[in-house]
Amino acid sequence: MSTVTAEELSATTLLRFATAGSVDDGKSTLVGRLLHDSKSVLADQLEAVERASAGRGQDTPDLALLTDGLRAEREQGITIDVAYRYFATPRRRFILADTPGHVQYTRNMVTGASTAELTVILVDARNGVVEQTRRHAAIAALLRVPHVVLAVNKMDLVDYREPVFAAIAEEFTAYATELGVPEVTAIPISALAGDNVVEPSAHMDWYGGPTVLEHLETVPVAHDLAHCHARLPVQYVIRPQSAEHPDYRGYAGQIAAGTFRVGDAVTVLPSGRTTTITGIDLLGKPVDIAWTPQSVTLLLADDIDISRGDLLVPSKDAPATSQDVEATVCHVADQPLTVGHRVLLKHGTRTVKAIVKDIPSRLTLDDLSLHPHPGQLTANDIGRVKIRTAEPLPADSYADSRRTGSFILIDPSDGTTLTAGMVGESFAAPEPVKDAADDDGWDF
Amino acid sequence: MTTTVATVEEGTDSPYALSHLDALESEAVHIIREVAGEFEKPVILFSGGKDSILMLHLALKAFTPAPVPFSLLHVDTGHNFPEVLAYRDRTVAEHGLRLHVASVQDYIDRGVLKERPDGTRNPLQTVPLTEKIQSERFDAVFGGGRRDEEKARAKERVFSLRDEFSQWDPRRQRPELWNLYNGRHAPGEHVRVFPLSNWTELDVWQYIARENIELPEIYYAHEREVFQRNNMWLTAGEWGGPKDGETVEKRLVRYRTVGDMSCTGAVDSDADTIEKVITEIAASRLTERGATRADDKLSEAAMEDRKREGYF
Repeated sequence: MSTVTAEELSATTLLRFATAGSVDDGKSTLVGRLLHDSKSVLADQLEAVERASAGRGQDTPDLALLTDGLRAEREQGITIDVAYRYFATPRRRFILADTPGHVQYTRNMVTGASTAELTVILVDARNGVVEQTRRHAAIAALLRVPHVVLAVNKMDLVDYREPVFAAIAEEFTAYATELGVPEVTAIPISALAGDNVVEPSAHMDWYGGPTVLEHLETVPVAHDLAHCHARLPVQYVIRPQSAEHPDYRGYAGQIAAGTFRVGDAVTVLPSGRTTTITGIDLLGKPVDIAWTPQSVTLLLADDIDISRGDLLVPSKDAPATSQDVEATVCHVADQPLTVGHRVLLKHGTRTVKAIVKDIPSRLTLDDLSLHPHPGQLTANDIGRVKIRTAEPLPADSYADSRRTGSFILIDPSDGTTLTAGMVGESFAAPEPVKDAADDDGWDF
Repeated sequence: MTTTVATVEEGTDSPYALSHLDALESEAVHIIREVAGEFEKPVILFSGGKDSILMLHLALKAFTPAPVPFSLLHVDTGHNFPEVLAYRDRTVAEHGLRLHVASVQDYIDRGVLKERPDGTRNPLQTVPLTEKIQSERFDAVFGGGRRDEEKARAKERVFSLRDEFSQWDPRRQRPELWNLYNGRHAPGEHVRVFPLSNWTELDVWQYIARENIELPEIYYAHEREVFQRNNMWLTAGEWGGPKDGETVEKRLVRYRTVGDMSCTGAVDSDADTIEKVITEIAASRLTERGATRADDKLSEAAMEDRKREGYF
């Protein structure tokens, strides 16, 4: 391993990514190899795994024990929840949302994908694109994950043959493109043998692309912000009222999209009042320009009424405000979401009362068909929802902005997080609504 | 590992790319400000260890030029490193903060808690901590815990709901979507908040170096009287060591974590500057808890079990 200085290390960028895979496609092995080969599994952790494996009468260390952190998970040998893992190379730091491939995967994968800039979808080379693969691709498309990697695993079991890989990659890419996935990178691997995960494979001369790790290290993480709508949800008003700062009044928040510059004319939503940015403090340091996802404090020319929950936007590029929200949602709670349900809706820093007016359809991820008027959404269901809010909401389309186009629904009685929402026509290519009679149900 | 240092980050030469430390800092500040905006009476758990020091530093930056709108809470095991207590008091005075102390020794003196045969006081912290949270009606409690520390912590949410007994139920956690943290809770319940969830030990040290944050001296190599127990170098002291058969010697050591003296071990080290500490950690084959914490070795699920009961 090359020696790097502290300065070089701290200049690296951060990539958040998620893995998706079903029980037997080798996800644990891939995660284990990435962690292990990037020196993220240390001697005492490996020792603990060896000890626990031996205690269970296993000959070889069970790498799944590295990632299954809870007593119940180890006892049952399953992963019951998303876990976050960390590893680093000299080029980049990684936060991996390790989502279980168990029956409850939809909400877990939605949770992991909501903050991910990249998703790795695993496929078993012997089975090719299966129903599960299509579900994973659909969720990645729905959540607008910018980069999708198709890892065709177990190439060792198909004699490392190029035509096998090429056929799967072609079928998947066609499907994902139809869903609106902007970029697919297909990589033939064997997680078990180590082909093309960290080291280039000696068995697949025909493959000229990057290994999984190389791709993770080089995929772009910053987007072109010039064309993004700038958005700042106001989190907190900073007023020191001290002798040193008698008149300081700053609006603190994390920029959710785009860039803000000193001198920009801005509008406060939902009130609609306008003013000008006179200063930007980047955690105590004045700057002329700031961009997403920096946490900043804006100083404004006029002393107008602004509080937590308001949204600051450029006056020339304000979203429409409305009390009627239409969205695609994934229901994440055990209790169902029904028409007439009174909920709280959290969008940015604003929480408002809301009522579920209609559930027009439920999506069947297997074939992307829509089941009309399902009446309710239960855990792991994805569907279309119409919501009426008690106050106007300045929501963007999720397709334009993942941060200001997303919301959660909360049960006001006990605080449960019910539903993840994406505003607007967020699904790329929905099939026409099927007749109810055609729907033979689905069970995940 | 075969990767080498890249001179140019392919694809990330955008002027808008944040360094990983800037990204982590921005996320942590966002979390801290969410708490200030949504809760009535938050408090920062402050042990004088590097993670809580870093968390306080981020809170100071988050509200500048206004003061931090939270008080601090120290769970005092009675077996503290004197350098750390001095650091705590200096910090509180410097920033004009309010400090609450929950004292394990008080509970032992009153007969409410009993000293364990092994002298370890870490598990005894849970009762004073949770009772203080209840009596002061804190509704959000910041902890410096990181998911990379331990496999049960890898499952922890950024906003972690605790019931009126402060219990953590890993099977009933709220999914956390985007950066929309849900702080709703019933009266008597509270939320534990972990702004450093996504930081690693190395991130913490690099940030401390970048921001030039002062730490208690015990984090840097120094000569110290220690003795060996359970393969760890423990500091000799009135807390109960050494016992018969254990011999004190003077060694060049430093600490990777700061906790109760009875279960926090020192590591042999000549890293007396922050640059040397970072080099040492980058090359270490042991996790910080594996190297220096006795209480995590008690069982495979020691941390999970303590967390379920209300431990941070």
